[in-house]
Amino acid sequence: MPKSYADLLREARNQVAEVTPAETDALREGGSATLLDVREDSEWEQGHVPGAVHISKSYIEQEIEGAVPDRNARIVAYCAGGVRSLFAAQTLRDMGYTNVASMSGGFQQWKSQGLPWSSPVVLSSEQKQRYSRHLLIPEVGSAGQAKLLDSKVLLIGAGGLGSPAALYLAAAGVGTIGIVDFDVVDLSNLQRQVIHGTDRIGEKKVESARRTIANLNPDVKVVAHDEMLVADNVDRIIAGYDVILDGTDTFETRYLLNDAAVIANIPVVHASVFRFEGQLTVFQPYEGPCYRCLYPTPPPPELAPGCSVAGVLGVVPGIMGMLQANEALKLLLGIGDTLAGRLLLFDALDTTFTELKLRRDPKCPVCSEAAVAARAAGKPLAVATVGADEPFVLGSVAGFGAPGARS
Amino acid sequence: MSAVWIPPVLRASVGGEKQVAVDGASVRELVSGLVTRFPTLKSQLLTEEGDLNRFVNVYVNGQDVRYLAGLDTPVADRDEVRLLPAMAGG
Repeated sequence: MPKSYADLLREARNQVAEVTPAETDALREGGSATLLDVREDSEWEQGHVPGAVHISKSYIEQEIEGAVPDRNARIVAYCAGGVRSLFAAQTLRDMGYTNVASMSGGFQQWKSQGLPWSSPVVLSSEQKQRYSRHLLIPEVGSAGQAKLLDSKVLLIGAGGLGSPAALYLAAAGVGTIGIVDFDVVDLSNLQRQVIHGTDRIGEKKVESARRTIANLNPDVKVVAHDEMLVADNVDRIIAGYDVILDGTDTFETRYLLNDAAVIANIPVVHASVFRFEGQLTVFQPYEGPCYRCLYPTPPPPELAPGCSVAGVLGVVPGIMGMLQANEALKLLLGIGDTLAGRLLLFDALDTTFTELKLRRDPKCPVCSEAAVAARAAGKPLAVATVGADEPFVLGSVAGFGAPGARS
Repeated sequence: MSAVWIPPVLRASVGGEKQVAVDGASVRELVSGLVTRFPTLKSQLLTEEGDLNRFVNVYVNGQDVRYLAGLDTPVADRDEVRLLPAMAGG
């Protein structure tokens, strides 16, 4: 027997529970239900319920299992007026979702009752295409992509670590990338510093990086800081950034950056490399340890030569720099678990990753409660400074240059 | 016997080895065994007073001994011990 629209609607009403916008809002506030917006993209872009998951009705069957894997999860579907969501809820029931309701009156009634709604940043059609592989991931989606486009990441150094990190962050659509580097591109950099090229030798690294990024993704604004990070400019340079990537190669800069970033409460994604090995972690101020908690005092120069003295397999900073970009993206998107409190060691010769547990030092002169109180009182605690230790004699480590010869 | 992982900067002092097997029931005994066998390690690991240098971290099974019992942290057979100084390179 053929069925009319009225028959189908009656059937759906009989099978699917309906909840009012006010009841839906209470569920949303309590975090006990997933709100599923089943309208078309163009409707979603003009405004939606905050926190709702968006799957157009025509994609429900294909995408719901990825977005809501739990068949017993409480789901409230909504559309513009409350009809399409009834049919969508029926589909979900057929797929075995046991706890599905439809919001009566739809988004129109939701808005007319003065309930909260937000309009997402609308991506251009070109951006939708450029970032389509991000938009397909529920954890990123258009809201996450908009967040990235609105984010600011500062790279300290456009070298071995900074090059791959900058490329992937730019490709990902991080809207503002600051780069601090006072150096020029040298032929010996090109074995690993892949953001530069042979035609850039002699060019300022910040300019070379800006050109590469502009070609890769014109959405990205590059802020070039063509200067050395020093005590006099560190606070000014790091201000306003959401995440900092530490890719320097001197302890002076690493400690300077740490102390300023802790005070400014900006997370630092830290990586360092030596020959075939790398270290990586996230310093999340006041939540996890800082660099001084991990290494209270810098080692003597002989025990920590930089790449120009000790050498490095080019792919090692490549891998570590990309892992830094990964941590930065998670911090910006607020997804996953970062490496805060964990130190990841990479060994390229064995191809092994090892994880060590890091803790906050309760006596840390920079990030402990006592340090915060001392700063508030205008009397910061003393910190160990680089080069202040006793001269360090080390005759047996072959192949390293003179103390201080780092870059 | 415990395996002590030697960081790259210190490998030249132990004949280029990445891991050295040392006997000892505590971090102190392991370090002491190491510096006896490889005397050039001494000034790199220990202060003149015999404490661990602040720029060398020691981990037993992934835990920093500074938050365990320092040099007196017990080490059992087959525990993994790591010496880890900071790296500068970028």
